[in-house]
Amino acid sequence: MSQRLIVGPFNRVEGDLEVQLDIADGRVTQARVNATMYRGFEQMLAGRAPLDALVIVPRICGICSVSQSVAAARAIADASGVTVPPNGVHTINLMLACENLADHLSHFYLFFMPDFARPVYAQRPWFAEATRRFAALAGEHARAAVAARQRWFEIMGTLGGKWPHTLSIQPGGSARAVEAAERIRLLAKVREFRAFLETTTFGAPLEEIAALDSEAALQRWHAADPLRGDLRLFLTLAADLKLETLGRGPGRTLSFGAYRQPDGSHALADGVWNESLGRVQPVDTGAIREDATHAWLAGDEALHPSEGLTAPMLDKPGGYTWNKAPRLSGEVVETGAIARQLASGQPLIRDAVARCGANVYTRVLARLVELARVLPMTEQWLTALAPREPFFHADRLPADADGVGLTEAARGALGHWVSVRHGRIERYQIVAPTSWNFSPRDASGTPGALEAALEGAPVQPGEDTPVAVQHIVRSFDPCMVCTVH
Amino acid sequence: MNVLWLQSGGCGGCSMSLLCADTADFPAMLKSGGIDLLWHPSLSLASGRELVALLEDCRDGRTRLDVLCIEGSLLRGPNGTGRFHVLAGTGVPMIDWVSALAAVATHVVAVGSCAAWGGITATGPNITDACGLQYDGDRPGGLLGADFVARGGLPVINVAGCPTHPGWVVDTLMALAAKLFVADDLDPLNRPRFYADQLVHHGCTRNEYYEFKASAEKPSDLGCMMENMGCKGTQAHADCNTRLWNGEGSCTRGGYACISCTEPGFQDPGHAFHQTPKLAGIPIGLPTDMPKAWFVALASLSKSATPKRVKSNATADHVVVAPAVRKTRLK
Repeated sequence: MSQRLIVGPFNRVEGDLEVQLDIADGRVTQARVNATMYRGFEQMLAGRAPLDALVIVPRICGICSVSQSVAAARAIADASGVTVPPNGVHTINLMLACENLADHLSHFYLFFMPDFARPVYAQRPWFAEATRRFAALAGEHARAAVAARQRWFEIMGTLGGKWPHTLSIQPGGSARAVEAAERIRLLAKVREFRAFLETTTFGAPLEEIAALDSEAALQRWHAADPLRGDLRLFLTLAADLKLETLGRGPGRTLSFGAYRQPDGSHALADGVWNESLGRVQPVDTGAIREDATHAWLAGDEALHPSEGLTAPMLDKPGGYTWNKAPRLSGEVVETGAIARQLASGQPLIRDAVARCGANVYTRVLARLVELARVLPMTEQWLTALAPREPFFHADRLPADADGVGLTEAARGALGHWVSVRHGRIERYQIVAPTSWNFSPRDASGTPGALEAALEGAPVQPGEDTPVAVQHIVRSFDPCMVCTVH
Repeated sequence: MNVLWLQSGGCGGCSMSLLCADTADFPAMLKSGGIDLLWHPSLSLASGRELVALLEDCRDGRTRLDVLCIEGSLLRGPNGTGRFHVLAGTGVPMIDWVSALAAVATHVVAVGSCAAWGGITATGPNITDACGLQYDGDRPGGLLGADFVARGGLPVINVAGCPTHPGWVVDTLMALAAKLFVADDLDPLNRPRFYADQLVHHGCTRNEYYEFKASAEKPSDLGCMMENMGCKGTQAHADCNTRLWNGEGSCTRGGYACISCTEPGFQDPGHAFHQTPKLAGIPIGLPTDMPKAWFVALASLSKSATPKRVKSNATADHVVVAPAVRKTRLK
């Protein structure tokens, strides 16, 4: 028996999302993803003073606000040619890491794990423990995580004035210099967050997690104390529910590289991981195209973002979402923490993906490994600050210039392309992480990453909002407000 | 007190800001204040059909709706259809859901400047015809109309800010739950007076630079940002520099100008955000309540009296001249 199901609204994703499912014999046969809200940031930016972008783009998204600021500042810096002093590089990385790690924490404790406290799992052996730790608005560890997140974001209060929507991230660096005494207080805040992660999330030192180099090592670590720390509980229920069989990705992942260093390298390297080749290929941003065939947007031809167009066209035949379909060399790619861990060669994630691909289990695992890897980096960046050396270099933007700003948001690769003419923004195009992951079909009819990942998902009799579909959707940590922008 | 929280044409940043509320246990804080979240997009378990059923129950009176919180602007376009945001899973434009729910709610709260006035989503050509619940920019009206009064007797309460401060939201909800919020607690733009009766300027750490008109010239400079950098802290209604953000923050403490994000129309200042518009060298936007002639006279006097320390530090990113050490005990 076949049926069609319209699923939504999804909560515990950022923004509004609808998924249309065709179901036959208890499995999803086809999925269409609809990003249901349009605001038109690319249209708003045209005609503005270039630096107005620093006010406007963070407000695309309340959860990836700093990432949007970093991309805009880099695009304008690329256009002006200004270089950022090392102190500016480090403080901007600290702000970006503060946001990205907080997003990973929110995703795990507030968005993803509460679904395992649903009555459908009441008979599973781990259910009572999962409910105690993760139940929505009640779980003990979820509540502790909100408190830890609030304290962690005080780093943004100092460095960025507030979160979200700071203006301290400038093309020439940071508008907020850090004094020596402030650094001591910031280091104390990092250690406080480390203590939460080591006690509650991992039940182990971060370095021990980051050093896990294979799934065999992970299994040994898990078996030694199966309920200690929330990563181990996740591994327990992931194995029981076979989460590795849900939500298979397209086999290619994209990272623009995270936390650029003063020497131009990235703390987490960029790259396209190709599962079938088993290796990393370089990122060719010239091969990015956005296809609007199935979006309620004008344009028949797939365009590079530097030439991109955004114009609503509500009654477009074939349209079913406000999101365009980005493609890399014509292919669907997935982006996110898993892409960063694969591109940067983290051995555990490479081993797990080699065995079972990108899926619900490996996506969540990659986020937690990233938390353990990046937090120690923030300690190094704070230590590397040189108080009383410059944090900012002044620049002058030419009246006519073009720039590209690439970065990694928590959810993956984010790019801004800006063209300035006669001192005003002429064109501004944004390709956000969830634009990649939740893209509609392209001109050739190829479904986007989530659309394909949903195919084959089990639907239990009587389910109107299938729980497996919810796990798959949330495993990508979607941000719908960024997707369409 | 049952609270339903919905998002439309915004970024979700006010919800993210709310989670930064200064408390050791967020759900316990709400509970102890008598606040029951019927549903919140980032915090609740219910999804899909479960949520739609809840919305229908509220709309049809089966579930009591004490407070409707709306975050994000209301998208009326294109051509009044509201189709720029159709609530997922329902086929119904969000503006229709909001109108129906506002009609049955005891109180309606606009969380953030988008829901209050239209905010950033309404900037420039306002492609989506975005507006606030009861304002369209600084004009009363908006989605619900200038004459709207919620069942509890108050107009839409505008907890404006971009994002809004978690404390402003929590204090408003707690006052409503305690039945301690009355019409006189709203300012002329229907913002809670507990934060809107103050200026961002109050408590600004750059006040000594302001006093001497020792001005910052570029980002990272320590000086006052009013003369050159577009700062509107002397005009913006909010307590950002006395009720700090994320611990010890505020925009001016973060090194950048106040863009007056609690005020209607802040998104279209008529000049680049980072530059102060001037006429004959004098900033157009002068401090609230201050006669222009006095400002000009005081400014020129204070500029000529600026200590070298203040002048030098104003254009540096750290203190280059510390206050002199003198014996003060015997004076």
